[in-house]
Amino acid sequence: MSHLRLAWIYFRISILNEVAYRANFVVQLFQSLLSLGMAIGGLAIVFSHTETLGGWHPDELLALLGVYFLVGGAIGFVIQPSMQRLMEDVRQGTLDFVLMKPAGAQLLVSVRQVQVWKLVDALLGLGVLAVALSRLGGRVGVDQALAFALALAAGVAIVYSFWLALATVTFWFVRVDNILVVFQSMYEAGRWPITIYPSWLRYALTFLVPVAFATTIPAEALSGRLTPGALLGAVSLALVMLAASRWFWRRGISHYSGASA
Amino acid sequence: MTRYLDIYRTQLKTNIMLQLQYRAAMAIWLIDTVLQPLIYLVVWTTVARASGGQLVGFSGGDFASYYIILMVVNHLTFTWIMFVFEYNVRYGQFSFALLRALHPIHTDIAENLGYKVLSLAVILPAVVIMAVAFDAKWQPQLWAVLAFLPALALAFLTRFLLEWTLAQAAFWTTRVDAVNQVFFVAQLFFSGFIAPLALLPAPLRLVANALPLRWQLAFPVDLALGRLSWQQTLQGYAMQGLWLLATFALMRLVWRQGVRRYSAVGQ
Repeated sequence: MSHLRLAWIYFRISILNEVAYRANFVVQLFQSLLSLGMAIGGLAIVFSHTETLGGWHPDELLALLGVYFLVGGAIGFVIQPSMQRLMEDVRQGTLDFVLMKPAGAQLLVSVRQVQVWKLVDALLGLGVLAVALSRLGGRVGVDQALAFALALAAGVAIVYSFWLALATVTFWFVRVDNILVVFQSMYEAGRWPITIYPSWLRYALTFLVPVAFATTIPAEALSGRLTPGALLGAVSLALVMLAASRWFWRRGISHYSGASA
Repeated sequence: MTRYLDIYRTQLKTNIMLQLQYRAAMAIWLIDTVLQPLIYLVVWTTVARASGGQLVGFSGGDFASYYIILMVVNHLTFTWIMFVFEYNVRYGQFSFALLRALHPIHTDIAENLGYKVLSLAVILPAVVIMAVAFDAKWQPQLWAVLAFLPALALAFLTRFLLEWTLAQAAFWTTRVDAVNQVFFVAQLFFSGFIAPLALLPAPLRLVANALPLRWQLAFPVDLALGRLSWQQTLQGYAMQGLWLLATFALMRLVWRQGVRRYSAVGQ
């Protein structure tokens, strides 16, 4: 419980810092609407030539798009800025100030930096998801909703662990921020169901950079095409990755020598 | 003229040396270059397969060759000037460029060419792999390939002038992100990137005809594929020529107004 409170305090401070720059909100809203319009326009062009894309109906792809924006917003809101700050701090030796605080360092570095306007993406994603759900209508029952929530939580946990592990690499190799560019590029591919990609790319998007777990699998859960086995697999992978990235983070931090602070 | 040739040769050489330092970073940036066309290639081949292997005159293999050539043309013509320009203006770095007795666009063109020369080492293997993986169909006609080269050069020049002009928005506003994004969205839809233009709905095709974007990408690609007649090729050259004049005039105009506003903040 105290962990949650701590995270909330950090969020609040970051948000208070950001709301001073209200014009940023308008710009972000404009940019988010533009990229949403672009994505929907792309879907419209594709579906003007076909009924289904690799077995996915338009409304199901709309749901996928909603998940893509929702998870992308969550990543841009807290995961990416916090991890970038972590890497910067390791490089400059200023991580000392985090380690001195009497609280779990992993929690602190994970919630320290927030880009509050990225929540616009997440909210738009929720909106798109709501529209998609209303159009899918009766086909989404309680089972699917539960499976979706579970798959979404697992997806976010997997993405978080992946970023934490990547950022932890900074303790050994100081310059890895370019690796993060790889994630950004690959995440773009998650806008479409990964089942349409050739197998080598599918494997890369599942196991190399876990984009599939963040977007396709929750969307599959919603449309009821996710098998219980696959859901179980995603949840177990999430647990394993959370544990593994925590272990790796501890190895990293014991390697940290406070470079130049 | 020889003066410019000398300048370009020297700039090119230093730039290649400079960029060789960042080989790993370069490979990572290229993921985006390859992945974007690959995504749309996969989407459209999936659609083509679902509709019986053929879609508005494109088979799966046609889509493959379209997007592979598009990847190459897009790579050879793209610029990153918007990102650099804003930074240079905001931090006053632009002052150094202004000190030289040479229009700064020349340095930028040379830098761009240097990067393209080096990065072909990654792009060409990607072309071969994609061609094999997606069973690309391409029977090049000699005249079309020969006609492609000047079209590519014109595409590079007009795109460079256009994006360089756009980058100067940084003289007026610090919100260039939003400006750039509008441009990128227009480019995605109207240059033939999101889909070959024949697949777009008719109103969008009309807009595409009125903009310079398709002449910078879809036209050279279609030409290399041999999808254009003699008349269409000449018409394309004419449009490219017109846009070259227009973007050149626009660049000069905006530059003259913009550089006056530059106040070397941060220095």
